[in-house]
Amino acid sequence: MTSATSRPSSRAGQEPEAREAKPGTRPKPAPPAGAPVRLTGAQSLVRSLEAVGVEVVFGIPGGTILPAYDPLLDSTKVRHVLVRHEQGAGHAATGYAQATGKVGVCMATSGPGATNLVTPLADANMDSVPVVAITGQQTRALIGTDAFQEADICGITMPITKHNFLVTDPADIPAAIAEAFHLASTGRPGPVLVDIPKDVLQEQTAYVWPPEMQLPGYRPTLRPHGKQVREAARLIMSARRPVLYVGGGVIKAKAAEQLKTLAELTGIPVVTTLMARGAFPDSHAQHLGMPGMHGSVAAVAAMQRSDLLIALGARFDDRVTGRLDSFAPDAHVVHADIDPAEISKNRKADVPIVGDCAEIINELIAAVKAEIEREGEPKYDAWWTQIESWRDTYPAGYDWPTDGSLAPQYVIERIGSLVGPDALYTAGVGQHQMWAAQFIGYEKPGTWINSGGLGTMGFAVPAAMGAKFAYPDKQVWAIDGDGCFQMTNQELATCAIEGAPIKVAIINNGNLGMVRQWQNLFYAERYSSTDLGTHAHRIPDFVLLAESMGCAGLRCDSKDDVDDVIKKAMDINDRPVVIDFIVGKDAQVWPMVAAGTGNDEIMAARGIRPLFEDDEV
Amino acid sequence: MTTHTLSVLVENKPGVLARVAGLFSRRGFNIESLAVGPTENPEVSRMTIVVAVEDLPLEQVTKQLNKLVNVIKIVELDPQVSVQRELLLVKVRADATVRSQVLETVHLFRAKVVDVSPEALTIEATGTADKINALLRMLEPYGLRELVQSGMVAVGRGAKSITATSTR
Repeated sequence: MTSATSRPSSRAGQEPEAREAKPGTRPKPAPPAGAPVRLTGAQSLVRSLEAVGVEVVFGIPGGTILPAYDPLLDSTKVRHVLVRHEQGAGHAATGYAQATGKVGVCMATSGPGATNLVTPLADANMDSVPVVAITGQQTRALIGTDAFQEADICGITMPITKHNFLVTDPADIPAAIAEAFHLASTGRPGPVLVDIPKDVLQEQTAYVWPPEMQLPGYRPTLRPHGKQVREAARLIMSARRPVLYVGGGVIKAKAAEQLKTLAELTGIPVVTTLMARGAFPDSHAQHLGMPGMHGSVAAVAAMQRSDLLIALGARFDDRVTGRLDSFAPDAHVVHADIDPAEISKNRKADVPIVGDCAEIINELIAAVKAEIEREGEPKYDAWWTQIESWRDTYPAGYDWPTDGSLAPQYVIERIGSLVGPDALYTAGVGQHQMWAAQFIGYEKPGTWINSGGLGTMGFAVPAAMGAKFAYPDKQVWAIDGDGCFQMTNQELATCAIEGAPIKVAIINNGNLGMVRQWQNLFYAERYSSTDLGTHAHRIPDFVLLAESMGCAGLRCDSKDDVDDVIKKAMDINDRPVVIDFIVGKDAQVWPMVAAGTGNDEIMAARGIRPLFEDDEV
Repeated sequence: MTTHTLSVLVENKPGVLARVAGLFSRRGFNIESLAVGPTENPEVSRMTIVVAVEDLPLEQVTKQLNKLVNVIKIVELDPQVSVQRELLLVKVRADATVRSQVLETVHLFRAKVVDVSPEALTIEATGTADKINALLRMLEPYGLRELVQSGMVAVGRGAKSITATSTR
């Protein structure tokens, strides 16, 4: 497998690493830091990207961004990956960023190139992913004239980026790039777009590094307030039914170790949201699973009956809370987040703590230790007895389809077991995503990459590609649906040519499964426009489609073959692999809290409502 | 619902007004009045924004505004301890028969006549929203031909100032 920084050509499975030096070129000595160098805006851009440590850029050239692609050809530090659609570039940058915690970079030309980035930028914005998008723009004189391939991408992306820049002076390029990377990666991370007119890229300018950043209005709070932390520790000690409600912020803050220490110190049960899967080991006895609409009964019930929610880097999203007015009615709330606007946005916090999650948890550990020394360890025995009864009564599980078809949950469960917790998993959006969140055991942060907030179908394949460029030596599995796969599968051509041998497991139920599930439950089984025909007509034939794009194509439709086909896929490492798992169309995601209802109304399976009222602590 | 006056210091850069306006509309906050102008520092502009919200949503408004990278500082101005002014230009129908009565009203409100023609007077007035509304009520019977009103501007009383450099 090639590394992210090496040039393509060499296919996967060959010589790793080894950055080829181009024959005939000698490395030029770097000018002293801070001294201005004369070059074009485009060269300044590439130098700036090198200076901030960019290894890989996903993109497609076009008219206005062309000047930037010329010096990019000479860069030995930045590798450009030519994708097939700008949306793929954006999701690949997101996948790379989610896997590494570093900033993912994508590049596109003006107009349609830039507008094709809108979906991945909105996606990264909702999931707080550090992404920088660089777009070409029409020349300065043509801006505002409805010129060819002109789109006001700064105006368009204003509500879906953390910030964006239109660079009108080539001398500002280094500062714009430095600021963009700083904004994207610090505080609450998010996408930043830098729009550069073509003539700004072409003009001669002075390049100075490091540039002076001017962000007078940007001062994220990192250190938590000591008094608030002590108040939180006091609440933890006096609570009888506490829950650690862990969100994606814990992964962003790289605070998984601290979380484990805090959880084990206190013995408090942990739930991890869809964005936080992997922040706390699934194998840990204190882990209750995922909360929310398709969360485990134990996780949902524990939150509903809790008297103290300790929310760490979570945002009380509607998919977690259900109806807000009946969510965790007896719970006090400690809400720790780096974004002050999240605190008390949906649920009033009793103890707000603004800061970086790693620092907050560290200080919480110290404060709780001090309390324990004074008062002894907190005892939650009755609470755990209650939780264990929920866990025993309503374990994660599924029924086999009665029509003899393959159970999609089984396929995903087997992938998780055979491939293991060291691999990276991505998912699209829908039933397969929920099953992948429920039935794969995640042990480490950054191993589960999905589209949580925006719910972007088609996320899996390009995100897996981005993750694979970040970790060429790890297995990267995209768990995808047949609907999602048909939205972005063209990036398999990119994977095959650029050397990113990902595995794609298509959970092919022939339908837009989650929509079909809702039609089954809430629309009197009237299946309007959800049958994709991938079963009835086998159009497209995913095996042939995969092979046409330089991938290995496999198919499996029986339980007995599942393990073999997964193992076979694991053995193919010189090209991407696509497995078409033909599964039953009637399987459903359970447990479920129907949209618009309260979490007390969770159904463990169709028609089975746990009666929480009977078992109060 | 109560009205709140926010004094917002922003970087004087293109698109900042669009960012602020866009934030209000997409988060469903209502702007009652908005005035933007330069400050003593050419790199900084001041927006005076009047919003009508409950207390908790107001907290959201200021927190979300603070997240905009170009927003430097936000201070809520209490009407009790600040000076708040709006500017009104109004064209009133005033032929010879009623002109002296209109002029008397102008006088009472310490407003000014800035243009005159045989059928109409153009009146300039500054003051709080209450005063402007009272003046308009008095002038209405004569016939308001055209009315232009600015957003509110406000400044805190006393020697203390809100600047980009002082701490939030």
